[in-house]
Amino acid sequence: MKSAMSKRKLKDTCGASAECISQVQKILRERFCHRPSATGKLFGIEFQYSSCFSFPKMDQGSWLQFALKQGANPHPTAVPWHLLELLKRTTLHGESNSALIVGPRGSGKTTLLNHVLKDLREMKQVRGNLLEVHLNGLLQTSDKVALKEITRQLQLENVVGDKVFGSFAETLAFLLEALRKGDRTSSCPVLFVLDEFDLFVHHKNQTLLYNLFDISQSAQTPVTIIGLTCRQDILELLEKRVKSRFSHRQIYLMNSFDFKQYIKIFKEQLSLPAEFPDEPFAQKWNDNIQHLSEDKIVQDVLQNLFHHTKDLRSLYFLLMLAVSAVTVHHPLLTAADLQEASRQHSTDSKANIVHGLSVLEICLIIAMKHLNDVYDGEPFNFQMVYNEFQKFIQRKAHSMYNFEKPVVMKAFEHLLQLELVKPLERPSARAQREYLLMRLLLDNTQIMDALQVYPNCPTDVKQWAASSLSWL
Amino acid sequence: MNTRQQSKLIYSWYGKPMSSDRKLRTTQYKGIIITSESSRTETCIQLGDFILVEGVNADRPYVAQLLDLYEDGAQHKRAVVQWFCHIGEIPQNKRKLLKREISSQEVFFDQVLGYDTDIDAQTIIKSIMVIPLHPGEELPITLNKEQTFYVKQSWDGKCFKALSPDTFSKLKAKKKKGSTPDSSEPFIPSDILTPLKKETESVVQSATKPKNAESKHSVSKSSLAKERQSQRAVNDIKTPTARKKLELSSPTRSKGRLLGSEVLDLLDDDRDAIAPLESAATKRKVTFTSDILGSPPKIPCSNDKSKSVSDTAEPCQRFSDTIRLSPYPKAKDFSEKAKNLHVEDDIISLVGHQKPGTQSPVLTPRSRRTCAQRTSALIAQHISVLNQEDDLSSSDSSYSSSSEEEEEEEDVPCTPEKKTKSSRIFSTPKSSSKSSVHTPAKTPKKTPLPGTPKTPRNATPEIPRRSHAAQKPASVLEEARLRLHVSAVPESLPCREEEFQDIYNFVESKLIDGTGGCMYISGVPGTGKTATVHEVIRCLQQAAENDELPPFQLVEINGMKLTDPHQAYVQILELLTGQKVTATHAAVLLAKLFNTPGPKRKTTVLIVDELDLLWTRKQNVMYNLFDWPTQKHSKLIILAIANTMDLPERIMMNRVASRLGLTRMAFQPYTYKQLQHIISSRLKDVKAFEEDAIQLVSRKVAALSGDARRCLDICRRATEICEFAEPKRSPEIVGMAHVTEAIDEMFSSPYINAIRNASLHEQIFLKAILAEFRRAGVEEATVQQVYHQHMALCRIEGMQRPTVSEMMAICSRLGASRLLLLEASNKYLHMRVRLNLSQDDVMYALREE
Repeated sequence: MKSAMSKRKLKDTCGASAECISQVQKILRERFCHRPSATGKLFGIEFQYSSCFSFPKMDQGSWLQFALKQGANPHPTAVPWHLLELLKRTTLHGESNSALIVGPRGSGKTTLLNHVLKDLREMKQVRGNLLEVHLNGLLQTSDKVALKEITRQLQLENVVGDKVFGSFAETLAFLLEALRKGDRTSSCPVLFVLDEFDLFVHHKNQTLLYNLFDISQSAQTPVTIIGLTCRQDILELLEKRVKSRFSHRQIYLMNSFDFKQYIKIFKEQLSLPAEFPDEPFAQKWNDNIQHLSEDKIVQDVLQNLFHHTKDLRSLYFLLMLAVSAVTVHHPLLTAADLQEASRQHSTDSKANIVHGLSVLEICLIIAMKHLNDVYDGEPFNFQMVYNEFQKFIQRKAHSMYNFEKPVVMKAFEHLLQLELVKPLERPSARAQREYLLMRLLLDNTQIMDALQVYPNCPTDVKQWAASSLSWL
Repeated sequence: MNTRQQSKLIYSWYGKPMSSDRKLRTTQYKGIIITSESSRTETCIQLGDFILVEGVNADRPYVAQLLDLYEDGAQHKRAVVQWFCHIGEIPQNKRKLLKREISSQEVFFDQVLGYDTDIDAQTIIKSIMVIPLHPGEELPITLNKEQTFYVKQSWDGKCFKALSPDTFSKLKAKKKKGSTPDSSEPFIPSDILTPLKKETESVVQSATKPKNAESKHSVSKSSLAKERQSQRAVNDIKTPTARKKLELSSPTRSKGRLLGSEVLDLLDDDRDAIAPLESAATKRKVTFTSDILGSPPKIPCSNDKSKSVSDTAEPCQRFSDTIRLSPYPKAKDFSEKAKNLHVEDDIISLVGHQKPGTQSPVLTPRSRRTCAQRTSALIAQHISVLNQEDDLSSSDSSYSSSSEEEEEEEDVPCTPEKKTKSSRIFSTPKSSSKSSVHTPAKTPKKTPLPGTPKTPRNATPEIPRRSHAAQKPASVLEEARLRLHVSAVPESLPCREEEFQDIYNFVESKLIDGTGGCMYISGVPGTGKTATVHEVIRCLQQAAENDELPPFQLVEINGMKLTDPHQAYVQILELLTGQKVTATHAAVLLAKLFNTPGPKRKTTVLIVDELDLLWTRKQNVMYNLFDWPTQKHSKLIILAIANTMDLPERIMMNRVASRLGLTRMAFQPYTYKQLQHIISSRLKDVKAFEEDAIQLVSRKVAALSGDARRCLDICRRATEICEFAEPKRSPEIVGMAHVTEAIDEMFSSPYINAIRNASLHEQIFLKAILAEFRRAGVEEATVQQVYHQHMALCRIEGMQRPTVSEMMAICSRLGASRLLLLEASNKYLHMRVRLNLSQDDVMYALREE
């Protein structure tokens, strides 16, 4: 109520212009959507292992530089330090290394790496001393493609001559030769970043990984291989020879922040920057965000999300939904917006589908539910469902019209198309459709929830849903 | 396999056989006709002509001079040549000795020993011109670039020398004569090979021979078959030595002769070996050449000689050959008795013949091998004994029973014969080591052979240079880190001395014998297999460079660096010859290369790393690899490296495993003491680690895997931790704490930490899984079952229950980080879930908080 009041007040007093709102939308959307860019901020990562050093404010430029300025020395295992030092040694001393960054999705692996790389590029000694090759397991689906991409990114393809690329074998030999030629002191170090590292593991013989790690362990061109993956069991996937050549440096990223920090992140992500053109509006907006973060409802919403996942991407998604509600007539975010966003965010997708079903289809689903209860989740076929439905019609239903079998069949097939039921095996020409074994892809709770909100549901159907023996 | 051959050339002899050699069953000819089927042209190449010979590399045929043509026992057309070498065949590092530009038309008179001069006549491509020039002379501009070559200098594997006047004039003479078809007189420089003059005489004689043979045939009613007799007659003609013996009408004598010629052979060998030295010291040369000039025709034996060079591995066989052949000279003697025409000549030749024999002790001191000296002395003794015998038995009937003869043969020549064999074996490394200069140049991998990098695709790629120089290590820790890096090559490999010695001995012995063989090396990763093998090769190359070993060519392939097992052929061929062909073609070429006695070929040492990846369903790659070394002429030594000890038994078919042989070596994982030693030896005087810290790392790694790489990596990480932990303390030293931290970092299981940092619902989900497992008693559950448990748990905790969609999200997140193992997600609620870690671990992780 408080927020609603303040909204009205603000509308009257400030009368935010359309440009202003579109500016806000633009800034915040960019922030939520383009996170992997180097401008993204490190949240949570900096807290990991860094027991003896805390960073006062992460907003001002690079916190690494800040930390350097302070002359402070963080804990050696502080993740970004480890990574930065690693890359620095590669570029400055020509030392070959390999490391894996492991962390669940959305824990900031790419952000961390981009951050460190940005800082690295800003160093004077590094400029022109580092070649970068970025590969992604989702794009480079085979070693052949990966090798071509490496050649391209190292700009070696001009050496290859008119014929851009030879066979796979030739490309491999070519690249290995190129990398073998170099030595520690004179060649430019190469940084290989392998995103979705776990997918490279499935390439045939792990040839690419073997060769990259082998180079990193022999006196050739200095290379550093950084792999990013979300799989905790990544080391078990490496073939023994590959594993032996990997240096076993693993950087684990966890979303180890607590709820307080989560709220802080929420605030920072929603705050408008100081350089926002309309300063009074920015001021108001930021004040409002401050209020929101202290609001009980908002805190509940956030707490709920936090309990579900610590992945910051879901937070951004939630905020995105909320920010979409901001318009000229509704210039400031309210707790209700967030609540609505949270509701949308957490709705059950299947239950949503159930809302749109016809009564006949609902009845079929209820019949299936009863079958599931009776036979303890054993698969059923259409005939069983139809019999169950017939029983209901004959005994109890007054509001239901007795549909003919083909009509019921049609309704059943619609459910099949919606994937609310799923056949155990692919339908074959031989098997009759009525007797194909099926499973219901809905849980009882989902059905009951859907029925609660189902508009104009006949009461006897509702009763039947509650208990298969309701007519007794 | 090259295009030339595909156009079908027919090789036939020109003219009648000039002479034949009974004991060697060879027939000599003065020319060969090459008929091309497609163009219907005939080219006649005669002795002394300059020719192109098919080389390993199709676009680079060898240049040679034809010295002899013969057909051996197996009806193979053979040729003896004097090689010339292209600039391309001279090692890169020696080329600069020339201090001038070399045109592609210039060749060098090849005095490198160890090249097989006995080649298959079918490898001859065509005849060309080789014109000798004085060192100062410019190359004349010629019309026909492919047909004409110029020779200015000779090359003996070490240095370039101007052509000796003798050689020059001979070459010149040949050039002039070359135009006349009749000139069958081949030229051989006197300081290299024994002169052929005598031989040509015999050729002249042979022209008169047929008549003789006829008469012989009618006169002699020997027990032998007619056919054989005539054959013998032909043979007889061929070997002047034998004939000469005949004229002295002493059968035993002839034996002595035979021996004499054998001995001569040997001596020739010796002389060949010394020849380059000789030519360097002119004084010696003078005496030597005079010797040679006096010696009897050498050519008849040349087959024998060349054979002996290539066939040292089978002395026994050869020996038996000579024994088998021995009766023939007698028969010849007998048949030629009637012919007294050349008695004088023979006597002269006999004198000439015996001279080197008796002189040999005088000659041999030049060769440094005492063994050879001894044998030649012995041989000389025997010869004199035999000569005496000759005198005694000269009154006997010239045709004695062959059995008796054979006995005698076996008795008498046996000993010297064997001696000579042994001396030969000794001599091989000597003679071939002359050309060792080639090794260093050819061994570095991937050096594209000259001539190949014409296509742009062969342009050498390179990573750009760095713009700032790499920093030098500033502190003790940085220095230590540099040394501890796996890539840092230590001066020696500690703790692998025994294995090193075994492999070294194996390769060395095979190199000396000039034979092939396989060795299988196994061991878990990081136990120094490849490093040791490389160290061995380095030492062998060093030895070869110092002339202590015969030169060899190194080829290295790695199963992991191949995209397909069959690519192994392509890589081997490319490293050997610089050719780039397809896999199937490469296999054929390699088989040809290793199965035929190629001219100018050195021993090849092939390292096959990660052998198990060369496995194919038919295993033909492995089969071929291990089959080649068993071939007679392959000269291929294979060092196969893989991880598993029982690989041959496990994945190889019997026929492959059998060819691999039983020479195996297993690298045991390092013990903690060895690891400790390795680290200490790497660090040497750099005091960066506490002794206890090193020991801790070693023990930890030894207990886990014995992988030296791991050990070094941990130490390296420990230095980093140390550097950051205590930046102020000046005497930085890595202690126990740092090492422990590094070990923890590398070996700690990430799961516990991941669970502790998971969100609340994720943790509840894991608890629900545990509960469901306990309820069902099976370590597998569907999401639906877990969902019910989850809701129950939420109710207990008083939390809002998640929707199914949220549940699925939680489930897939846990699945993505592989805390859970999931089925394909299209089953939705019926997707089965399993834990990827033990229940105890999950419980431990969840209980802690």
